[in-house]
Amino acid sequence: MRLKVRILYFASIREKLGRDSEEIDLPAGVASIAALRTHLRARGGAWADALAEPKLLRTAVNQDMVPPAASIKAGDEVAFFPPVTGG
Amino acid sequence: MKISVQREDFDLGAEVRAISGNPKIGAVASFIGLVRDVAMTLEHYPGMTERAITKIVDEAKSRWQVIDCAVIHRYGALQPNDQIVMVAVASGHRGDAFAACEFLMDYLKTQAPFWKKEQTPEGARWVEAKTADDEAAGRWTVPLR
Repeated sequence: MRLKVRILYFASIREKLGRDSEEIDLPAGVASIAALRTHLRARGGAWADALAEPKLLRTAVNQDMVPPAASIKAGDEVAFFPPVTGG
Repeated sequence: MKISVQREDFDLGAEVRAISGNPKIGAVASFIGLVRDVAMTLEHYPGMTERAITKIVDEAKSRWQVIDCAVIHRYGALQPNDQIVMVAVASGHRGDAFAACEFLMDYLKTQAPFWKKEQTPEGARWVEAKTADDEAAGRWTVPLR
C-alpha cells in the first residue's frame, strides 16, 4: 500500500516554489486539501507565500478540480495551481 | 468526437469536414480563439486537461443535440495572430450548435487547466483570470460535477 501523495505545482505557483512536483509521505492527520495546504505553508518562505491566498489558488485531486474541503488519501495525485486562463 | 491538446497548429476547415459526414447534421457552429498583440507561452496539466475537456463535452452533449464535435487547444510558444483554440459543434439545427459551441468555450476558459504567460516589453507575466469569464460560465447555471 502506498502511503505517499504526489503533489504537482503549475504556472505562477510552480515558479514561486521553484519545483513542479514532489512526493511526500502523507502526514498524520492530513486528510483534506485544506490541511495539506496548511502543512505545506508551515515550511515557511516561498511555501507560506505561494499558497497564501485562497482566492488565487485552485486545486485538483486525481485530475478533477475540487474545493479545499475535498478529502485526500495516500496514493492520490494532488495539484495546486492559480485560476486557469486558457481559451 | 475529437479532443486534442497539441503544440501544432490546426485547420478549422479540415476539422469541420471531418465532423460533418453524418446526413442528420444540418448545422455546424465553430469558434477560433487567436493570440492578440502579445506573444505568449501556454502551460497545461497533461492528463487533467484532456479529462477536463472530455467532461465539458459530455456536459454539452447532455444539454443539447451534439452529433459530433471537435475541440483543439494548443500549448507552448505562440505568436500574435496564432490560433490558440477551436471548437466546432455539429448538430441537426443551428440553435443547438450555437449554444453548445458557446458553452464549450465558456467552460474551457474556467475549467480546463491552461495558463497563459505573456511576453510583454516589461518582461514576462502570468495572465490573471477574469471575473467576466467566471460570470460567462456561471450563466449556464449548473456547475460541472
